[in-house]
Amino acid sequence: MNFDFAAQTPKLMMLLWGLIAFAVVVGGLLVLLDAVPAFFARRREAQLVAASVGGVAPPGRTKPREGLFALFFLLPTVLLLMIGLVVPAIRTTMLSFMDGGSQNWVGLDNYRWMFAEDAIVRVLLNTLVWVTLVPLVATSMGLLYAVLVDKARLEAVAKSLIFMPMAISFVGASIIWRFVYAYRGEEQEQIGLLNQIVVSLGGEPRQWLLDSPLNTLLLIVIMVWIQAGFAMVVLSAAIKSIPADIIEAARLDGVNPWQMFWQITLPSIRPALIVVVVTISIATLKVFDIVRTTTNGNYDTSVIANEMYNQAFRYGQNGQGSALAVVLFILVVPIVIFQIRNLRQQRREG
Amino acid sequence: MTTTTPPVAAGTQATDGRSTRASRVRKRLNSRTATLVAIVIAVVWTIPTFGLFISSFRPENQLKTTGWWTFFRDPEFTLQNYQDVLFGQSSSSGQLASYFINSLVITLPSVLFPLAFAALAAYALAWINFRGRDWIYIGIFALQIVPLQMALVPLLSFFSRGVSLGGVTLLPAWNLDGAQNFAQVWFAHTCFALPFAVFLLHNFISQLPRDLMEAARVDGATHPKIFRTIVLPLVAPALAAFGIFQFLWVWNDLLVALIFAGGSDVTAPLTVRLAELAGTRGNEWQRLTAGAFVSIVVPLMVFLSLQRYFVRGLLAGSVKG
Repeated sequence: MNFDFAAQTPKLMMLLWGLIAFAVVVGGLLVLLDAVPAFFARRREAQLVAASVGGVAPPGRTKPREGLFALFFLLPTVLLLMIGLVVPAIRTTMLSFMDGGSQNWVGLDNYRWMFAEDAIVRVLLNTLVWVTLVPLVATSMGLLYAVLVDKARLEAVAKSLIFMPMAISFVGASIIWRFVYAYRGEEQEQIGLLNQIVVSLGGEPRQWLLDSPLNTLLLIVIMVWIQAGFAMVVLSAAIKSIPADIIEAARLDGVNPWQMFWQITLPSIRPALIVVVVTISIATLKVFDIVRTTTNGNYDTSVIANEMYNQAFRYGQNGQGSALAVVLFILVVPIVIFQIRNLRQQRREG
Repeated sequence: MTTTTPPVAAGTQATDGRSTRASRVRKRLNSRTATLVAIVIAVVWTIPTFGLFISSFRPENQLKTTGWWTFFRDPEFTLQNYQDVLFGQSSSSGQLASYFINSLVITLPSVLFPLAFAALAAYALAWINFRGRDWIYIGIFALQIVPLQMALVPLLSFFSRGVSLGGVTLLPAWNLDGAQNFAQVWFAHTCFALPFAVFLLHNFISQLPRDLMEAARVDGATHPKIFRTIVLPLVAPALAAFGIFQFLWVWNDLLVALIFAGGSDVTAPLTVRLAELAGTRGNEWQRLTAGAFVSIVVPLMVFLSLQRYFVRGLLAGSVKG
């Protein structure tokens, strides 16, 4: 085991600096916040003393305004959001109307390019397939599983099994599934589970990740595998919060499990269902790691986030990359509006 | 059942014998199918990870020629893959130990900074009265929907070239090299985490009892004092929930690290290295399997030991929204 610890010292020093910076910034802020009111209190006291000695009427209120506190509490967050998110987002929008080197204005060229280039149209279509299938399948699987294991023995263990992929990185998950899809020539023994199943059923092994459009579907499986756990946990909690008397009443009316699901469970958990679908949809729109790790966007599998990275950071096409980012943002907006309208409606009913 | 409404206990049992037996049989069949389907799903969900796990302990030549399921017929166990992928000397072997430390160095501050800043902001937005409070909250809330892709290009140029407007330098370039590049990654992760962090913590902090806050105010406690002595201890579970979220997110992130940490073993985290190995050495399964597990083990431990907080945070963050 040769591991060069000396090479690691600069990193650990940097970590130490980071932690010191953290202590100084946060600690300093809290100390400052303590000091400010104390300072004002002392000044007021001095003024009162001076006033009583000199026989002048005490000055009016000098208590620090609430706004001052709010300013300090909010300062780091607002500052960082401005520098790190708001200004860059505005800048990206501007860049999307400029050329690759961000020198000249080109109007809508970058957006026209998107729909003119077949490869990019393909990317947009792929993203649509992802964002339709993943929320639908992941939510259905999660819901099915939540209903099946509800009140079953070993429920907690059963749920952990489905939930576990959420802790695994998209990169890790991609490697796990690439191994499932692994291919060996026909004369060799298969090492991928999927091909082994196909072969033992009498089929021929295939290079799954090379065949479009099947490969996109197989990548979608990975995302569903990760997201189903999230859907399951949220929906399971929603199912458990359905009032017991409603279920009891339905049972007394002789409702069978099937009717129970469609007439009682599903309507009761509708708000949670919408939240799950919306959250998964947004996560799916931004999916990048899976495509990059499995196929790197080759063989017609690329999606917007992946293409955006390629254009902006590999080909140096800032304009086209920015335009793709803007499209990503535009696609998120209707989903969020749908969510807000649903929340409003819910509040009016509730 | 139509004329009178018998008590519940009697009602369920007083129906005639035949139909109860029929329904009991049907119920048992139903629950048996349900169990079966549940087990099938659980197996399908677990098998891929399990297969990779088994494979990571198989010798290279076996791993590359036979399926992992043959392990049970012919078990041969080795730790060589882990040894190679963590500490191997050749550049192709992985050298994951170094990247593992990078992941740690990236993750700790990237969790602490947003946690502290967001808690302060959430308190101000919930319990300090000032003009424009609602607007600031709505603004931060709305920023949740901005994909981080919208910020990447300008933020990178901010780090490398600074900000200048009409020839006047407003903010200088950071000019970092080597391990200093971690600061960029911390900064980016902190900014991107804040909208959700503020939203999640605001959900918890705003629900503390108003009486408690007012009593403290009447006693002369200042906002910083209330924040430190009352709010922080009470929302500790929420802080834990966000901490776990952010930890998993940062540890598992690929995109932010790829752009702001670069690809070298000085700063790049595990995910970047693994993605690279998968791209360039996609058939070196002895390295990929062990490497994947090196990257999975930490988040998995955090996740399994703190699952309760995680789930609570998940529910608060998604359902109340």
